[in-house]
Amino acid sequence: MDVTMIPEAIDADAPAPTPRKLVATDGRSDRIFHKGASFSGVLVMAIMVAVGMFLAIEAAQALRVTGLSFLTTSEWQPDRNKFGIAAVLLGTVLIALVAGVIALPIAIATALFITEVAPVWLKASLVALVDLMAAVPSVVYGLWGLFLLQGNIVGLSRWINGWFGWIPFFHVARADPNSPLSSASVYTASTFIAGVVVAMMVMPIQCVVMREVFSQVPGGEREGAFALGSTRWGMIRVVALPFGRGGIIGGTMLGLGRALGETIAVLLIISPRFDINFHILEAGSNSVSSLIALRYSESSGFGLSALMAAGLALFALTLVVNFTASWFVARSRSGASSEA
Amino acid sequence: MTDTIITPAVDIDDVGSHLSASLTARRIEVDGPSSTSRDDSATTVIPKRSGAPATNYQTRRALGRASRQDLMLMAGAGVSALCTTMLLFGRLTPMQGTLGFMVVGFGIFVATYAVLVSLTEDRQAVIDRVMAVMLTSAAVLAGGALFSVVVFTLWRGRQALLKSNFYLEDMSRTGPLDPLSQGGIAHAIVGTLIMITLALIITVPLALACAVFLNETGGRTAGLVRTVVTAMTALPSILAGLFIFATWILILGFERSGLAAAIAISIMMLPIIIRSADLVLRLVPGNLREASSALGAPHWRTVWHIVLPTGRSGLTTAVILGVARGIGETAPVLLTAGFTSTMNVDPVKGPMVSLPLAAFEFVRSPQPALVARGFATAAVLMILVLILFTIARIIGGRPAGRLSKRQARAALVHSAHDRERIDARNQAKRQPAARQPENRHPDGPFPDGPFNEVLV
Repeated sequence: MDVTMIPEAIDADAPAPTPRKLVATDGRSDRIFHKGASFSGVLVMAIMVAVGMFLAIEAAQALRVTGLSFLTTSEWQPDRNKFGIAAVLLGTVLIALVAGVIALPIAIATALFITEVAPVWLKASLVALVDLMAAVPSVVYGLWGLFLLQGNIVGLSRWINGWFGWIPFFHVARADPNSPLSSASVYTASTFIAGVVVAMMVMPIQCVVMREVFSQVPGGEREGAFALGSTRWGMIRVVALPFGRGGIIGGTMLGLGRALGETIAVLLIISPRFDINFHILEAGSNSVSSLIALRYSESSGFGLSALMAAGLALFALTLVVNFTASWFVARSRSGASSEA
Repeated sequence: MTDTIITPAVDIDDVGSHLSASLTARRIEVDGPSSTSRDDSATTVIPKRSGAPATNYQTRRALGRASRQDLMLMAGAGVSALCTTMLLFGRLTPMQGTLGFMVVGFGIFVATYAVLVSLTEDRQAVIDRVMAVMLTSAAVLAGGALFSVVVFTLWRGRQALLKSNFYLEDMSRTGPLDPLSQGGIAHAIVGTLIMITLALIITVPLALACAVFLNETGGRTAGLVRTVVTAMTALPSILAGLFIFATWILILGFERSGLAAAIAISIMMLPIIIRSADLVLRLVPGNLREASSALGAPHWRTVWHIVLPTGRSGLTTAVILGVARGIGETAPVLLTAGFTSTMNVDPVKGPMVSLPLAAFEFVRSPQPALVARGFATAAVLMILVLILFTIARIIGGRPAGRLSKRQARAALVHSAHDRERIDARNQAKRQPAARQPENRHPDGPFPDGPFNEVLV
């Protein structure tokens, strides 16, 4: 039998050996290289911090005037010092929430379909398809929503209002669901339609992250579940979904971050209004980014800083959402390798 | 010492047609290293076939495909759902609408299918089948949505797309009421190309250098920079536009131009490219770096000759996907480029328009011809993104260090070349007369490496 010998200290009286000092002397070229790399890294950081700082400083000018009422005012009249983000931020969040509620189940199911159900020959093309869908420019989705979806979805809005109008969210003022002749215009340009269009954009982004995570489910656990007699859905429920929980949450929030910042698709759909409006089916909504796109050109210097304050609030929101997302993804079992 | 392991061996006569498993004991002798009396008879005995093949044939089940019963159930449920829904919508109830028809039909289909499956299977299997149907329909829904977006855009823009003047002319002499045979989006195509080229000139060196900094040289600062970059990926694109609008145009007093738009797009693209390039470089195997360092290469040569080429395909993909994102962004361009209907090739002077912005402005008009142009512009943009995306797919999709055939051939040629060089050098070493006196280290592979003294 082999015995591992542990060497005894040869001389107990000798001073304890100290680690040798390692000095790496870089050549001139390496010094230049390191300086250059550090410079570019610091430059990028400086640019990014400058953007954030500039927005914050400009926004501070507007915030000093309004104080805390910036968060509670819903009007937007910077020239009369009456402005706040209550309505626009609520609209932004509602659009993102509608998008999330619609996109999430489809994203999870599509990701599971690609990893678990689809035949092998189809998988690669499906993956490419979802990636491609994530790359379609938002203005294309906006056109689709404005010209195709808007006309066809009014029936659904009317139906929801007819059956669930008693829930405050789905209430529509001036609408009579029982009369088929009532004007469709009370349902158009609503938070709901904008949310559906944004959901189209967000779904593939979420799906990409989730598929990545589901494809990393350890084969041993998967086969273990099958060997114990589980059906495919049983395996998905007890192995794939718990394993991918971090990815699901992370992907969802990543999509939400994009949904919150979306400008053009929302701008094309909604007709802006400046009051607190919870009724998602009702015509008229607003979002921070579309407010900026609409008002930037006609704004005075102060109006611009008010817009920047609104933008800063939006940025803070997306920042929180994104960092929470990467925290969840990094903490999950599937690990940081799936961050996309 | 000698171990004797008795293992039961399964003797499979003819895999595929029939299984006749006969358990035989197989004797395998294992010689320990300290074995003194070597047993020469330690052989593996292959048992004889045991008589005639068994006759209990079993047909092999095809596991990959749905069985015929599954297909029949599916088809039956489908027909039944279609009929029931038509009955409901046409005769029994006042329901109407295409969307409603599809939703109700789908619901009835799932219910019928569940009932049919439950005739033969237990509860678990019913749930499994129903969930498989649900997952499949969700994927079909997603695919159908993408399909409808693509087809609808192409269809609404088809009249403009088929005319050559659409690609060759600008809109300067075309009024809103003019037919589609006049005017085009040449100015927007050129504008997009100029903007994205400028943005690439700004972002690519900076992003790659920053990614190298994060992965190779950064140290403790890298963590901070990485956090800031991650944070900036959350920056809504319109804020990048607003930032440039407020600084470049209002404070510094430059006019709205292609350059301003390119800078705004760069601010938006920079963190996206850095982040994915960072991930690519992180996947470059560390032992390649270590091998390079061990051969005495200075750090910059390791990065330039080992790390970056290894990650080339991934880095290209990162850049192309960033470009696809930047090309499609409307919001920053809307704020910074201004709008024009004439061709402008000077990025510093005068307003410039990009494809998404042109599409956006076209469809805001009520004129049908302009709306058709808007759709055609969106279609051109979409095709452009599709092409970029396909290129990214072809180049990328390969993990770091895995070479394509062409790259592998190039690497072979390169290393043959190196071999020749080294051989020639060794030859020269053996003939000291041929040695140049002023070349103190003519042969170090890295004349500026830290270990030159050792090498010579």
